[in-house]
Amino acid sequence: MTAVSTGTDAVPLREVRSSRRGDRVFSGLTLVCGALVFALLGAIAVFLIVKAMPALQHDKSSFWTTKIWEPDSTGHYGVASLVFGTVMSSLLALVMAVPVALGVAIYTVEYAPRRLGRMLGYLTDMLAAVPSVVYGLWGLFFLLPHLIGTQVFLNRWLGWIPIFAGAHGDVNTFSKSVFAASVILAIMILPIVAAISREVIRQVDPAQKEAALALGATRWEMLRTAVFPPSRPGITSAVMLGLGRALGETIAVALVIGNTFDISAKVLTPGGNTIAANIANRFGEAGGLGRSALIASGLVLFVITLLVNLIARYVIYRSGVQERSAAV
Amino acid sequence: MTADASTAGSLRARSLASRTLPRTVLAGAAAGAVAVTLLLFAVTPLQGVADFLVAAAVLVVVSVTGLTLAVEGRRRAVDRLATSGALLALVLTLLPLGFTLGYTAYRGGKRLSADFLTHSMAGVGPLSPRGGIYHAIIGTLEQVLLASLIAVPVGLLVAIYVTEYGRNVFGTAIRFLVDVMTGIPSIVAGLFVLAFWVLALHKGFSGFAGSIALAILELPIVVRSAEEMIRLVPASLREASYALGVPKWKTILRIVLPTAATGITTGVMLAIARVTGETAPVLLVVGNNNFIHTNPFKGPQASLPLYVFQGAGSSSNLDVDRAWAAALTLILIVVVLYVAARLLTRRNSLVGR
Repeated sequence: MTAVSTGTDAVPLREVRSSRRGDRVFSGLTLVCGALVFALLGAIAVFLIVKAMPALQHDKSSFWTTKIWEPDSTGHYGVASLVFGTVMSSLLALVMAVPVALGVAIYTVEYAPRRLGRMLGYLTDMLAAVPSVVYGLWGLFFLLPHLIGTQVFLNRWLGWIPIFAGAHGDVNTFSKSVFAASVILAIMILPIVAAISREVIRQVDPAQKEAALALGATRWEMLRTAVFPPSRPGITSAVMLGLGRALGETIAVALVIGNTFDISAKVLTPGGNTIAANIANRFGEAGGLGRSALIASGLVLFVITLLVNLIARYVIYRSGVQERSAAV
Repeated sequence: MTADASTAGSLRARSLASRTLPRTVLAGAAAGAVAVTLLLFAVTPLQGVADFLVAAAVLVVVSVTGLTLAVEGRRRAVDRLATSGALLALVLTLLPLGFTLGYTAYRGGKRLSADFLTHSMAGVGPLSPRGGIYHAIIGTLEQVLLASLIAVPVGLLVAIYVTEYGRNVFGTAIRFLVDVMTGIPSIVAGLFVLAFWVLALHKGFSGFAGSIALAILELPIVVRSAEEMIRLVPASLREASYALGVPKWKTILRIVLPTAATGITTGVMLAIARVTGETAPVLLVVGNNNFIHTNPFKGPQASLPLYVFQGAGSSSNLDVDRAWAAALTLILIVVVLYVAARLLTRRNSLVGR
């Protein structure tokens, strides 16, 4: 691969050697940086575990089943309600965001004129670029008051469904809640799910689509028969990545969730908490054990998001779909 | 159906066997549905702009789908319903974007001024409407710059390893781990730096601690975009260089990277835009400061996202107003970076879009 040493314009031997050395040095350097990724992930796991140990050992009640969070005062704390709130709010966000994200992805690729489609792509990506603290601020001062009507409506007409149960129709009882957090989360993960789904749908073989249309299929039938089946793994992983993002979202949720420690499926009623939001809200007042306890809860979050992401990546790798998007 | 036989598009309208509705009828049905909604809101106690829009949308979809079902049959009706659904999804996506940007511009615009950008919070009393974000801007710029100084070179080298050297198990593993790293929640990155830098090494809160956390978040984004761009560099360019006797490392530095430079820059800018607004890690390890503090390596520093977060949690309306103005500044920074990155993409000869 390096220079040929014969011929009239042959590169002097010394230069060949130095370039070989250059190659070795350079490839060594890149290898070190690659290994750094390994080391970094390992270090994250190790240091979180080490600093979480004191909290896990000194807990006066079980870390996994306790609902309250009083590490510095009573020494009783646990992640039960936090994990519940995290999973609950993220799943609700998925329920709201995924249909819309798929709809907009389909519209962008299949319905919109090419130019409009490209602009829509930019716009949804921009939605992903808005910092989460801005969504939090907006959620707190704009969305929360405007959401009360929706909460009253859901409670009044769908209150017989357990998750919408709660204080009947009293406007004043609705404020920071798991529902509000889910709506904000839905808005935040929508562009991510939409962006990946869009790239996945765009990769569908046009011949398949044209064949379906040529056989007389309507556009919807074409989507159902030629577009959805091949994009299913890609869309699944998009949803999983969106879920991972929702599970770990901190600031926006911290501002619109009730910050209480109960396990309640009544998402409209004030209250609720998530692991990440609890860390953001409690960090300032936490003492030594408090910080350790927060790190322990962060470790739980790390493991949960890691699992979700591993599943998502596994689905992608197995299907061989190349997803690429600036938003991710 | 006899009416549209005389229109210009009659041939297309009478396609094959099925009966089709002309567009004017559909538009008429939609307009009728809106009119009925208006009437409903006029004579019944229903009210509210949002309620009206929702009711009108439902009625339009129902009437258009129903009409199609009656005239064109079930298949076309389902197709129309799907189209309406996709359009509805589009509206539901753009609404929050519009409301977020619009409302932030409205609330922030009232407070944002040159004075606000050039003053810190030093000596600003609880009842003083003055004060600004100069110290926070300095903090954020320094933290993001330091983070990029770590993440960009390392990220580039990782991308080079993965694309040029790592055609083995190790390379595949690194690619996989980088993908996994993109999924690390920002608060976990912050907790790691807290556990490692602040608690284990006793370095205390500083802007640089925040930079480490931001670098962890920035690294995978840089690697992935650079990797993608390097892969797009045509093999013929590399081969031409090898044929001239240029060693591999020089080929990478002089041929591959310059060719991919535009795309890599775009990726870096998007990565910077992403981490500039990160609040969670900054909250945990940077501390906070009301004064201009230019040394990122020692002592707590301010930061723009943190400023917004604390203003949002404050009970003082003055703080909230300042938070909105800071949020607007943050959005402007991010949007400028984002648009610049997009404009740069247009000049990228490797991406044929």
